[in-house]
Amino acid sequence: MAFDSKIPQGEMKDKWSDYKGHVKLVNPANKRKLEIIVIGTGLAGASAAASLGEMGYHVKAFCFQDSPRRAHSIAAQGGINAAKNYQNDGDSVFRLFYDTVKGGDYRSREANVYRLAEVSNNIIDQCVAQGVPFAREYGGLLSNRSFGGTQVQRTFYAAGQTGQQLLLGAYSALERQVALGNVEMYSRHEMLEIVVIDGKARGIIARNLITGELERYFGHAVLLASGGYGNVFYLSTNAMGSNVTAAWKAHKKGAYFANPCFTQIHPTCIPVSGDHQSKLTLMSESLRNDGRIWVPKKKDETRKGKDVPEDERDYYLERRYPAFGNLVPRDVASRAAKERCDAGYGVGSTKMAVYLDFADAILRYGKIEAGKSGNHNPTKDEAIALGKKVVEEKYGNLFEMYEKITGENPYETPMRIYPAVHYTMGGLWVDYELQTTVDGLYALGEANFSDHGANRLGASALMQGLADGYFVIPYTLGNYLSGEIGTKPIPTSHPAFEEAENQVAERINKMMSIGGNESVESFHKRLGKIMWNKCGMARNAQGLTEAISEIRALREEFWTNLKITGEVKEYNNELDKAGRVADFLELGELMCIDALERSESCGGHFREESQTPDGEALRNDELFSYVAAWEYKPGNSWELHKEPLHFEIVKPTQRSYK
Amino acid sequence: MEHYDMNLTLKVWKQKNSTSKGKFETYKVDHISSEMSFLEMFDVLNEKLIEEKKEPIAFDHDCREGICGACSMYIDGQPHGPWSKNTTCQLHMRAFKDGDTIVVEPWRAKAFPVIKDLIVDRSAFDRIIQAGGYVSVNTGNPVDANAIPVDKKLADEAFNSAACIGCGACVAACKNGSAMLFVGAKVSQLAHLPQGEPERESRVLNMVAQMDKEGFGNCTNTYACEAECPKGISVQNIAKLNSEYLKAGTTTEK
Repeated sequence: MAFDSKIPQGEMKDKWSDYKGHVKLVNPANKRKLEIIVIGTGLAGASAAASLGEMGYHVKAFCFQDSPRRAHSIAAQGGINAAKNYQNDGDSVFRLFYDTVKGGDYRSREANVYRLAEVSNNIIDQCVAQGVPFAREYGGLLSNRSFGGTQVQRTFYAAGQTGQQLLLGAYSALERQVALGNVEMYSRHEMLEIVVIDGKARGIIARNLITGELERYFGHAVLLASGGYGNVFYLSTNAMGSNVTAAWKAHKKGAYFANPCFTQIHPTCIPVSGDHQSKLTLMSESLRNDGRIWVPKKKDETRKGKDVPEDERDYYLERRYPAFGNLVPRDVASRAAKERCDAGYGVGSTKMAVYLDFADAILRYGKIEAGKSGNHNPTKDEAIALGKKVVEEKYGNLFEMYEKITGENPYETPMRIYPAVHYTMGGLWVDYELQTTVDGLYALGEANFSDHGANRLGASALMQGLADGYFVIPYTLGNYLSGEIGTKPIPTSHPAFEEAENQVAERINKMMSIGGNESVESFHKRLGKIMWNKCGMARNAQGLTEAISEIRALREEFWTNLKITGEVKEYNNELDKAGRVADFLELGELMCIDALERSESCGGHFREESQTPDGEALRNDELFSYVAAWEYKPGNSWELHKEPLHFEIVKPTQRSYK
Repeated sequence: MEHYDMNLTLKVWKQKNSTSKGKFETYKVDHISSEMSFLEMFDVLNEKLIEEKKEPIAFDHDCREGICGACSMYIDGQPHGPWSKNTTCQLHMRAFKDGDTIVVEPWRAKAFPVIKDLIVDRSAFDRIIQAGGYVSVNTGNPVDANAIPVDKKLADEAFNSAACIGCGACVAACKNGSAMLFVGAKVSQLAHLPQGEPERESRVLNMVAQMDKEGFGNCTNTYACEAECPKGISVQNIAKLNSEYLKAGTTTEK
């Protein structure tokens, strides 16, 4: 199987334009004859399906939701990065590239990241042309904010709903192509198998989630834009339906899975309140621009947060990282919160939370506001009243959401927050063209691995999803399809389709006929606990080894004691979930194997055995400067292939935020 | 915030599929924490039903943070339940007290047929967008994003309209099953922006025609849609829709 990253020769800054200049093209008459399957309609999938439809290809797009507009990209809050340098503060393509490689702790591919930074500007132009209502200044130009501790203002945003607005832009472009007949949209359809004929991806088997029927679809190429796998932890900021199934089926048909252990734990989420918890809600990273994070200096503090006097508070991020303070990157902030809670300083009824406090910001903004109206000596109450208004304007929707969920007023009392699983940097291995190790099978957006290394910076996920869909795949796919213009659509009566459908049906029947005693939800929760405790924010060899055998045992139990109600040929959400959890039970094992193999710490992957004397993540470039690409072998075993990483431009150094 | 447990009675609409007749079923759920979300309470009920080898209740949901627009329960006579500017997934059980009986139905509208239990088919909304809810611009090399300044006030208004999550609560709340708030929000968003200008007239005419074709009713100014909208989309969007429609109708040759 091909394992060549296909990075073009030449200078970093010229690679993408040289590639585009020499890539093979498909003429318009031939495009009409070529069919492309797109799985998922988030930012990557919707933008790819729309763009390819516009170019004249015949596209079939699939999503499991009731409408393509509901894909989970919609929930992204903060913003999208681009190297526009509209603020004249020294930003450039090079700086965005540099920050992303460094932020990823030197575990991403330079050429891919450079291209990402390069096309970032086109994305903003494209979205504005579609009518995406980004925030603007009074002069009518676009507004920017700083994000994730970078030193420039390069984040474009639409209040706390940037993902929603970008997705609705891509969705409207997609629906326009549906209206024009270039895209056929299949909602409430879930991809359950890839059909491979003579080594090339040629179609899928999908289940119609309303009728329960299995359906066959042909494509000259198959694009997976099916998102990340954070739900393997059960509790995460992902949507309830987010799953790894499409990517996992591809993996089992020959696509290598890269860096599965690289998961991002986001530091500012609303903490777990009890066993009933079904998901976790993110509070945007932008809150760390003004909020201060602290815990009491005394263990088992019983007073309410606002009653703890100033000198009895430990602002631990400001203490440990004086240079970056509350704005350290996500991986660092998350680990520091865990360290304090594990040491017994946590707050709230579960003691697994820290405070995010806006009292200082309210007072500071209040004094500035009072000063604007000539009152240079406001009383504390006057300042607080004015400051609350300023904070409301900046973060009102987030504060409201916090109050709805917790019943506490964050203007009056500090918020309680704790880290939660948010994003997965790992994913299907792809080359520079976004092609997996299976010919004709591509992976876009969060579903692939290539751009974020071991830690993603804030506001970079939206950028990557849209870069892949709008500006990368339309070029790279042509390079493959130009060789396929002579391939006539393969009838879905072909034996390969028959065999794939039978496999899917067999698996479904097997699950339905177990007739055990435990629900899917219960198995999923148990898997999540193993993953969170042993492959979560901190990992060690012993825990990972235990986790691997615990997951294997749990998988055994799943296949002998699962209970699914209802029928196959009807709307049956228990069956849908069972298929997804069955795949998570395999992926979880691979994540632990990968985490065990990589005995260094890097980005979001923290191995307790590999830390500096003061508890920071310690990379080992000599042994681990590679992409771990895992090949599936029958019977749930894996073979590791290493893609060495070469850094021509950004020389790896120890990250320091002190 | 003091937490408490409660025992509840639920009357929930059960319907096997789009062709069968539905009816209310009564369920008891005990030890529900005031900290749970409304859908987590349903999770508890469904786990209990599976335990008893009964079929769980089917409902749409996904992000559970109030933005994807999938959840859609009609709770005690109100779309998304008793809290204002809120989705079902963000409704929390402290809105209820021990001993309460809660009635839960699917969206009721001719244009939203029931698929199963509390799940309805909202694909009519997608078809309305297909009729013109976009700017016809291909992916490529558009002008620089800052080449066309947009008055901040207009940009903010466009954003307020664009905040619609397409859940369909407006239709469910309306006695006429009208989709005017949904259509008005998209028409207004693009009418406020220079990018929407070239197709301004055809857009409103085509979207309204599709809305009628789907079987949505007319607007009779009750404003229930605005009152129940989880994102607070204003009925001014309907006024804007009407004025855009009138202007387009009088100036466009058909």
